[in-house]
Amino acid sequence: MDEAGCGGCQVISAEQRSSKHWELTGEGCEIAEQGSHEARVFSSIPDEGMPQGQLMKLAFGKVGFSKAMSNKWIRLDKGHEGGPRVFRTVENIEDSVRDKLLVVQKGQSSQLEEKEKSELKKRKLLSEVTVKSYWITKGSLFSTTITKQETELTPEMIASGSWKEKKFKPYNFEAMGVAPDCGHLHPLMKVRTQFRQIFLEMGFTEMPTNNFIESSFWNFDSLFQPQQHPARDQHDTFFLSDPAQAHEFPLDYLERVRKVHSEGGFGSQGYKYDWKIEEAQKNILRTHTTAVSARMLYKLAQKEKFTPVKYFSIDRVFRNETLDATHLAEFHQIEGVVADYGLTLGDLMGILHQFFTKLGITKLRFKPAYNPYTEPSMEVFSYHEGLKKWVEVGNSGVFRPEMLLPMGLPEGVTVIAWGLSLERPTMIKYGINNIRELVGHKVNLQMVYDSPVCRLDA
Amino acid sequence: MPTVSVKRDLLFHALGRTYSKKCYVFVYKCACSKHPFSNPVIQTSEKDIISREQGDTKAEGASDVILYKIDVPANRYDLLCLEGLVRGLQVFKEKMEAPRYRRVSPTSGEPQRLVITEETAAVRPHAVAAVLRNITFTQERYDSFIELQEKLHQNVCRKRTLVAIGTHDLDTISGPFTYTAKPPDDIRFTPLNQAQEYTATELMNLYKTDSHLRHYLHIIEDKPVYPVIYDSNGIVLSMPPIINGDHSKISLNTKNVFIECTATDLTKAKIVLDMMVTMFCEYCEEPFTKETLSGDFINRKVGISESTERIAQLLTKMCLRSEVMSDGEQIEVEIPPTRSDVIHACDIMEDAAMAYGFNNIIRTTPRTYTVANQLPLNKLTELLRQDLAAAGFTEALTFALCSQEDIADKLLKNISDTRACHIANPKTAEFQVARTTLLPGLLKTLAANRKMPLPLRLFEISDVVLKDETKDVGAKNNRRLCAVYYNKSPGFEVIHGLMDRVMQLLEVKPGRDEGYHIQAAQDSSFFPGRCAEIFAHGKSIGRLGVLHPDVISRFELTMPCSALDIDIEPFL
Repeated sequence: MDEAGCGGCQVISAEQRSSKHWELTGEGCEIAEQGSHEARVFSSIPDEGMPQGQLMKLAFGKVGFSKAMSNKWIRLDKGHEGGPRVFRTVENIEDSVRDKLLVVQKGQSSQLEEKEKSELKKRKLLSEVTVKSYWITKGSLFSTTITKQETELTPEMIASGSWKEKKFKPYNFEAMGVAPDCGHLHPLMKVRTQFRQIFLEMGFTEMPTNNFIESSFWNFDSLFQPQQHPARDQHDTFFLSDPAQAHEFPLDYLERVRKVHSEGGFGSQGYKYDWKIEEAQKNILRTHTTAVSARMLYKLAQKEKFTPVKYFSIDRVFRNETLDATHLAEFHQIEGVVADYGLTLGDLMGILHQFFTKLGITKLRFKPAYNPYTEPSMEVFSYHEGLKKWVEVGNSGVFRPEMLLPMGLPEGVTVIAWGLSLERPTMIKYGINNIRELVGHKVNLQMVYDSPVCRLDA
Repeated sequence: MPTVSVKRDLLFHALGRTYSKKCYVFVYKCACSKHPFSNPVIQTSEKDIISREQGDTKAEGASDVILYKIDVPANRYDLLCLEGLVRGLQVFKEKMEAPRYRRVSPTSGEPQRLVITEETAAVRPHAVAAVLRNITFTQERYDSFIELQEKLHQNVCRKRTLVAIGTHDLDTISGPFTYTAKPPDDIRFTPLNQAQEYTATELMNLYKTDSHLRHYLHIIEDKPVYPVIYDSNGIVLSMPPIINGDHSKISLNTKNVFIECTATDLTKAKIVLDMMVTMFCEYCEEPFTKETLSGDFINRKVGISESTERIAQLLTKMCLRSEVMSDGEQIEVEIPPTRSDVIHACDIMEDAAMAYGFNNIIRTTPRTYTVANQLPLNKLTELLRQDLAAAGFTEALTFALCSQEDIADKLLKNISDTRACHIANPKTAEFQVARTTLLPGLLKTLAANRKMPLPLRLFEISDVVLKDETKDVGAKNNRRLCAVYYNKSPGFEVIHGLMDRVMQLLEVKPGRDEGYHIQAAQDSSFFPGRCAEIFAHGKSIGRLGVLHPDVISRFELTMPCSALDIDIEPFL
């Protein structure tokens, strides 16, 4: 039921009805009256036949001729003296086309089969007509006087009180509203804000990661990452040509790092290779924010008395890797670090459990992994309900003594840490498969405009 | 993480039993210890692999024997072949004792000798060698032997740069052997699988088109002398790290194998030789190293409380034979030569934790009490971002790396005036420099979104990188706020209004000295007469204005555009 007068005012109500019936076309009417073209051709031909040329001159000649031929009512003698001549081949004919049309004309189209009707429709003799009609009845607010409906409330109506007498045009609540004229935050940055919030809630202090360019020393050597490690390859790391080298290091610490790599010490055999300062001096775009963690832990170790710390950072890191749908040359690394006396592997797993619970992830598993600066090293997996499998969500580990002791941290202090990328959870959260649709200048701004608020635990 | 592929049936044969379909999860669980989930072990066949990589037609006729592909941690070279994997599994299941290796002198006469000459110092200074005696190869063992060699080459040997392995049939050559280096034209021999002799120079040309060997040529190509190993009769064994001689090649019938490892890193050479020998040997030259540690150390670090005996048992399962010492506290752990990854007590601790099972460790909460602090710069950034979005501007997120053209030519600037940091090894032009301004990223975002309804209002608050002599690395980040307005009219007043709003947010009032003001400035990126410099507290903090038409067209834009670019660090 539609409500007439649009919307809900119900002066009258109207029901739409539609019906279909068959009607003769102009040509159909002519045939009903005078017979089909082929019948008219037949009857025009006398017993002695008729020259084809003459037949074709008749109005119905062309169409009638071919139909009559295919009905085998007539024949054409091409070799006849004086030109091609047409003769009758049968005595009587039955003009079924006309008969059928007459049936329709009488309003008895239902007697014909659908196939016959569509055949006639194809010959443009019949057409199907749909008639729409409305069945009108009085509505609930039926009135015989007409009042003009107001579209909107105006200040004048409020002042005069005239709104009380007015009728207002109803709103169409099916339509969308007008989008507010406002700016939008980028979805990846919204997720970053949430991760920051989580760390702050857990009592972690933010590290100063605003130094994209780092020396190999802080990025690798201080982390006990040997100088021939594949990560230090041209294929994996962006090296700088200008400024190519770092020139200031805490020299006594640098010496302890050289020694632990090349000769061992602090309970370690070391890697036993020829450690070169030239390698350590090479400037790079940092490959992980752990370079900053190393600087912070070194700074912590220089304090007179050790105080426990919890640090975090979320910032860009750079890899000279092969790019694909999920890898870019730069991405954001999320990192958490805790330094205190007597921390255990169980503590690391416990704190990861708390951290991931805040992200709405409660099922965690840990898998052994290898990382040059943590021992043990564990990959963190979480069970993804949507994908129905365990997916890697981060990396974690306990910093090696060969990294911590040369810095000057007390022997009993353990440092646990974990890291993950910001992009990956964001892509999973927003259902984005190609990282280029999320990060960089090629993103579709509509995606930014349309992105919802970020609640990681929801 | 390297992947090892082994034939399933061979693995079962070596393990002495077959397993149900689920077994490969179990196999891995034992091999690299606890991992009862995901599927690091993939069941496949050669046929599958070829058909996936090269299409079904190429795969016809390939073997459909079932293979297991197993992920192995990058520092566990001892698990890179079937032999090592099986040994690890059997010991973990306590079906076999952790092996002990010992060196044996040949029954007749002296050990073989490899003499290293001084000339090698210029190109590849180290070499170590060993002999495997009375070995019986089958086709599978032989394949595994070759595969281990290849895996080691790709991993610990760093694509032969650090170490290159050569294996020879000892019965076709006679020691002592000489490792020396000679000018390329003085080296002449028949290389592996070739019918005629070549000089080293000719060989380097020959292999330039070899899909496998050409990747190694660069290691010695530009050196004045090439490394070469001769036997006492002057027969060339190999020209490391490129190719072996054909004369001494090993076959299924080889009984005694001479293994040489030449290297630029002696420690790695020893690791590699140990791996080759221990995986295929009855004989080995390396003595054990022993470590002592206390059970308490393991308990404290892992966060468990197991008896000393139990911990010794856990370690033994991981191929680290361990015994509780007489005081009942200390554990003596034997580190076999296969476990070159063990260099500190913490490495042993990890093995104990793995054998215990990471997921069996009770998760605890550290009692570390700390108060959280935000980095002031990031706090300010977060606050400003919210208010810029409220002011109608949408946040963009653009790359920190870009091309020289983006920060110079396209902005009508000279690259030498930019204080840009240059990348030495970019794979494409997109990564030539670190950005010195956020503007190109925003303009490229506009260009990619030209179909969106106008006006477009974008902002970004992020870091640029500038050279700075006063920093230890010679460069520093600088936090910038950049905004653009793109419409049919330039909208200088819009971007000016945004700047006024930012100052309001930062509690800086209009005014000459303590406040902020703008004054006309010259900047090649902007339309002449339409650019102003912004001063706050008497210092220049950035610019605003209508962009130069050439800048607009170089970024493939068609409409007028105004921009704001300021440093927010002075407001901390």
